[in-house]
Amino acid sequence: MEVGLHHYLVLSAVLFCIGLYGVLAKRNAVVILMCIEIMLNAANIALVAFSRYVVPLFLTGQIFAIFVIVVAAAEAAVGIAIIITIYRNRQSVDVDKFDLMKW
Amino acid sequence: MSSIVFWLLAIIMVGAALAVVVLRDVFRAALSLVLLFLTIAILYITLYADFLAVVQILIYVGAISILIIVAVMLTREVWHGSPPGKLRIPALVVSVLLLGTMIFTVISTKWETSGEPPQQPTTAAIGTNLFSQGGFILPVEISAVLLLAAILGAIVLMREK
Repeated sequence: MEVGLHHYLVLSAVLFCIGLYGVLAKRNAVVILMCIEIMLNAANIALVAFSRYVVPLFLTGQIFAIFVIVVAAAEAAVGIAIIITIYRNRQSVDVDKFDLMKW
Repeated sequence: MSSIVFWLLAIIMVGAALAVVVLRDVFRAALSLVLLFLTIAILYITLYADFLAVVQILIYVGAISILIIVAVMLTREVWHGSPPGKLRIPALVVSVLLLGTMIFTVISTKWETSGEPPQQPTTAAIGTNLFSQGGFILPVEISAVLLLAAILGAIVLMREK
């Protein structure tokens, strides 16, 4: 069976849902950050697959994927800085204990 | 041939992603995340996105995974493993429902695919698109500002008082 657009989109959906489960279910903040990266990568796969199969001559999806990578890099840097700062203050990376802004 | 490569990559990718979610050792989860990033780069090559594959290896495998591993090592000693929280069953239900919906939508939609051969190599075309007059020059400059703001924010957050 020839591999087509459907295959890549289903693979992207599977990866996205695994990442979503990790974000919702995990308690370690670093693991949640890793699962967010999985979700962003799944979106990138869908964008590149659309770019390959729907508009093969324009590359718009690949350029969108580059911008997603830029935003993901910025998000990872700031997110890890926030996690390490909270770890310094509270000696924990458990998101159940991150209730500083709760009243 | 390409379908064998695709199925092999798909199995490795889903296995690595499941390992990130299931493994209790955070460091091993980070290592399988690196494996996932590498296989995604190979998947980009099968989609004729050569420049994006190189960018994936440089940024994800090179930079972001190092950041995550450093974060794991800095926060390691008090926290052994990553146990699932109280919301495990609802999260599983929500993810499986969303997965079913997405797969149903993808299968039942009739996608208008173009039969033309893909453009390759893509590097020069992406560069022209990004930096030309009618292209994406404004988002490129905005993303430069975003990266600068992210670097400054990370430095300010991490600085010892």
